[in-house]
Amino acid sequence: MLIYLRKRILSSALPLVVVIVGVFALARMTGNPASLYLPLNATQQMRDEFTARNGFDQPLLVQMADYFGGVLRLDFGQSLRTGQDAAAMALRAFPATLQLAATTMVLAVLLALVVGCWAALKPNGIADRISSFVSMAAASIPDFWLAIVGIWVFAISLGWLPTSGVSGASAWVLPIATLLLRPFGVLVQIVRGSMVSALSEPYIKLARSRGAGELRVVTHHALRNAAAPALTVAGDLTVGLVNGAVVVETIFGWPGIGKLMIDSILQRDFAVLQAAVLLTAVAIFALNILIDMGYALLDARVRPVTARA
Amino acid sequence: MNSPLTEPAANQLASADHPGTGKNNDKREGKLSLFRLLLKDRFATVSAVLLVLIGLTALIGPALMGDLATKQNLLFANKAPFSFAYGWEYVLGSDSLGRSMLARLVVASRTTFSVALPAVAVALVIGSLWGVWAGYHRGWRENVSMRIADVIMSFPSLLLAVVVLYVFSPSAGNIVLILALTRIPIYLRTARAESAELQSRTFVDAARTFGARPNAIIGRHVIPVVLPTLLTLATLEFCYVMLAESSLSFLGIGIQPPDVSWGLMVSQGRQYLQTAWWLSIFPGVAIVVTTIAANVLAAWLRIATDPAQRWRLSLPRKRMIARIPVKEAKP
Repeated sequence: MLIYLRKRILSSALPLVVVIVGVFALARMTGNPASLYLPLNATQQMRDEFTARNGFDQPLLVQMADYFGGVLRLDFGQSLRTGQDAAAMALRAFPATLQLAATTMVLAVLLALVVGCWAALKPNGIADRISSFVSMAAASIPDFWLAIVGIWVFAISLGWLPTSGVSGASAWVLPIATLLLRPFGVLVQIVRGSMVSALSEPYIKLARSRGAGELRVVTHHALRNAAAPALTVAGDLTVGLVNGAVVVETIFGWPGIGKLMIDSILQRDFAVLQAAVLLTAVAIFALNILIDMGYALLDARVRPVTARA
Repeated sequence: MNSPLTEPAANQLASADHPGTGKNNDKREGKLSLFRLLLKDRFATVSAVLLVLIGLTALIGPALMGDLATKQNLLFANKAPFSFAYGWEYVLGSDSLGRSMLARLVVASRTTFSVALPAVAVALVIGSLWGVWAGYHRGWRENVSMRIADVIMSFPSLLLAVVVLYVFSPSAGNIVLILALTRIPIYLRTARAESAELQSRTFVDAARTFGARPNAIIGRHVIPVVLPTLLTLATLEFCYVMLAESSLSFLGIGIQPPDVSWGLMVSQGRQYLQTAWWLSIFPGVAIVVTTIAANVLAAWLRIATDPAQRWRLSLPRKRMIARIPVKEAKP
């Protein structure tokens, strides 16, 4: 178990390092960073001052060491727009995104488990049709458009829900419904598929022949074994949820990390963008580790094989 | 045995021209040709026709309606759709400057396609060749390639796009590059898996025994077998890339005005949602129709190019739902 985890942590850390180095390289590749950080109408004197103050006149290796030191100390410099600490801004925006993503993921997994099991038990039934339709929709409907249709119908035409903001429970409905579509559509097919194959295994026959009720067969015997692939995919989907969160937060004015990123791009605020991107990368790294641990705990068949490999 | 199938598949995939070109290749053994199979399936036929129509619109539409799309006429500003009272060009309504929605949608279709098609093509070619090469040679080449794919995949594609498009200005070329880069691992993984399995088969062994070089074996024996799978994947990927471009344009870091793409049009129409809903809704409908058509066609192609499954298509079709693509998890 420990060997397995260490192996997974090492392989998950690689993307993180690539991201950190990549952000540094990208920022330096464009030539003089002064043109990246400073407004377009900055004078030559401002540029020189900026270059000297931030140590951009030093050799590249020194700059790189400074940069890594800054990353370790969570020091990304200050926001050009507000003058606040960039890392603090990113950390402040983080919980809002986390709440949104966690709620969506929990709902998506629960819904997918219920509808997916139901669909597997009754092929061609109502649940089966719903799951097919939703997964088709998830693959075809752009989330930003779905959000706008939602605003148009429920906020403007019917006036039931607010168009944006975070005030009250009703503000959560549209963002979560928009975010929910894709994970739910993918997960429900995975659950359905793995439940269909789990239900045809011999141990299910054994459980049935020993007189286990249908509910117990599904929840205790089939689902336990069918859940592992769903968990892996759920992890991948959570990474993808960051994409959706950027769009949804921008549309609904949700003060999360996605909105912060887009705002900092549009306002050319590189320090904040850098802090937000690296924070997200760390969060994804942590999430991958958690998923691997959950996967190993859930399915006994995974552990010995992967540990030895 | 798959190679005669690849050509017609390629023709339909490109959605460029008449799917009928594949008809003559396949007549032997009395098998149903791909084209005849397509005609038997109503949903797949409709999807193929739709894609061809949209493709043709993107190809020649802007030449016919380019001027109309930029012509402003404040007398006809914000006209509601579905009315012929103001002439055919305002049948889908007009925006706040009195430009025809229909013409703008047509012009935007070219931008959308000219980003999505090259991005898919670049990712397909690089990812497939790389993956086939890695899978054929196994060993360290495979390991290194898979690690690189993991690194790219474990990072949300939008974040990568955000950083790169911040540093380099958002132009159509950069968007194509970044979308291709983030989608290469998909082909890389699929091609590697298939090619790793193929390289231990007898016919590859036979070619090796004859002294054929690795590159020749890959080109003549491995790629023709892998190609149908990869082309089907590319059809699905077309949807993904189109949606990604729309998202980027919607967020303001994709296609920049005065160019228009469907995603950008949704974004521009957003502020008029209360007064002129059609400005946002119609471009979205265009995106959804195109992606659904490509999805249905990809689902059909996957069965049609699989010799073990093709018989299913010669049965009378009962329900569309039975064959909706079970999409692979794509973060």
